[in-house]
Amino acid sequence: MTIWSIATYVAWGISGLLLGWMLFDVIRVGQNYSESFLLSAREGEDELLHEAEEEEGRQ
Amino acid sequence: MSDTVAQAPEKDRLFLLKVLGPTHVWALGVGIVLVGEYMGWNFSVAKGGALGSLIACWVIGLLYTCVAMIDSEVTSTVAAAGGQYTQAKHIIGPLMAFNVGLYLVMAYTMLEAADALVVGDLIHQIGVETGAVGLDPRAFVVLTIAFLAWLNYRGVLMTLTVNFLITAVAFVAIIVLFFGIQPWQEGQTIFHRELLTGLPYGWIGVVAALQFGMWYYLGIEGTCQAAEEVRSAGRSIPLGTMLGMITLLIAASLTWFVASGLLPWEYLGQSVVPLYDTARMTGSPFLQSLLFIGTLFAAIASANGCINDAARAWFSMGRDKYMPIWFGAVHPRYRTPFRSIVFLIPIAVSFAFTGLLDQVITFSILSGLLGYTFMSINVMKFRRSWPLGSIDRGYVHPFHPVPALMLLTLCLATYFATYLGYGAQLISILVFYIIASIWFALHRYRYVARGDQFTMAWPRPANY
Repeated sequence: MTIWSIATYVAWGISGLLLGWMLFDVIRVGQNYSESFLLSAREGEDELLHEAEEEEGRQ
Repeated sequence: MSDTVAQAPEKDRLFLLKVLGPTHVWALGVGIVLVGEYMGWNFSVAKGGALGSLIACWVIGLLYTCVAMIDSEVTSTVAAAGGQYTQAKHIIGPLMAFNVGLYLVMAYTMLEAADALVVGDLIHQIGVETGAVGLDPRAFVVLTIAFLAWLNYRGVLMTLTVNFLITAVAFVAIIVLFFGIQPWQEGQTIFHRELLTGLPYGWIGVVAALQFGMWYYLGIEGTCQAAEEVRSAGRSIPLGTMLGMITLLIAASLTWFVASGLLPWEYLGQSVVPLYDTARMTGSPFLQSLLFIGTLFAAIASANGCINDAARAWFSMGRDKYMPIWFGAVHPRYRTPFRSIVFLIPIAVSFAFTGLLDQVITFSILSGLLGYTFMSINVMKFRRSWPLGSIDRGYVHPFHPVPALMLLTLCLATYFATYLGYGAQLISILVFYIIASIWFALHRYRYVARGDQFTMAWPRPANY
């Protein structure tokens, strides 16, 4: 077996691991968090603005 | 489902992470495009000769300068992921938004597939040159897509920081090549006087070259997909986009200059990797190695940026229910549109496994062109509905409506150029989008979150 054959198998293997990890994480996140929380991002809302407002409120 | 979204308390909401600055915006835009300097632009030489390619480079440069100016102004007011999709939604309406969103996802996913194919082919080439027999490039194509998708999944800051580094190396490689061939020694190290032979196919060749002239800049408009993740969209998007456009104009001109000064137009028009071939002509092992690395890095940076942009466009469409809302989710830890990133992986791999690089790229270019055409209409309505002073703009593009009219005219000229070389593809992609539009109007539109999708704090339009 040449080094390139090994490299090809390693490439398939790493790809499988990365894709498998992402799929596993998608399922895990779906099970651990509510859909309403995961889908709560709203267009045009600024997280930094909220933080600044909270900071002003504390002061 | 929109009710559940609305019920989520403010502090329990997820947001895409606002961590990016102008350098990341530059890295996103230039990163997607720079591979076009390393390959693809030179097919314009086959159509119109070396001088025809230069004319196409500058004419299409004008088209993209208009795109960058218009995009910068509109995006500085619409600080949301989705880019041109979001612009079309707010300014024109749902059907155009659906079409533009689809153009974006198709253009970036196909470009990503083409970039991964290039990476696979380059690694395959190394293997062949070192004696490997029967090497399967598909393993490296899939690895490229899987690794970059994983990077995108884990966070936008690392993704675009990596893009900045590898894009900078690829850009510097072009500069080093330019100085490496000592361009001040005309007739000794560079041979424009002998190699520039006028317009071999006349002015119709120059028009035909316009389609491939788009390779010099295709994707710079992707900068506005970062709008929801930059700390100051009003400042960072225009600055990053304009700097990106300047970078590309320099890179495109230098690329044309060195390649057309060392390679005869008959060869240059057919070359798969013209900049690398130019470096080989110098006989310098250092320049050859550098340009090989530059080609590899440019392709990886482009695929990386495309994954970022396609996922944001798909995510935005999901969030507004133009597509299933499941895709509108944000990862609670990495704060990325993780479901959209994962969903688009098999689609990109499928495109890449067709192996039809030129067809995939042609579809990508045509999708981009359709988007630019609509952009010229968008901005005319935007200025009429929200005149200067009615909303805060981070950037105001000058000479309106000249850039919009110029953009529309140049888009029409490029359609004609495309029709000359790829008429069947042009018609088939138009048929595809018409069928998709009918599906959207008759079936999907009933699911769209009609009121919830307009969240910008804009006043009513002037002609309301």
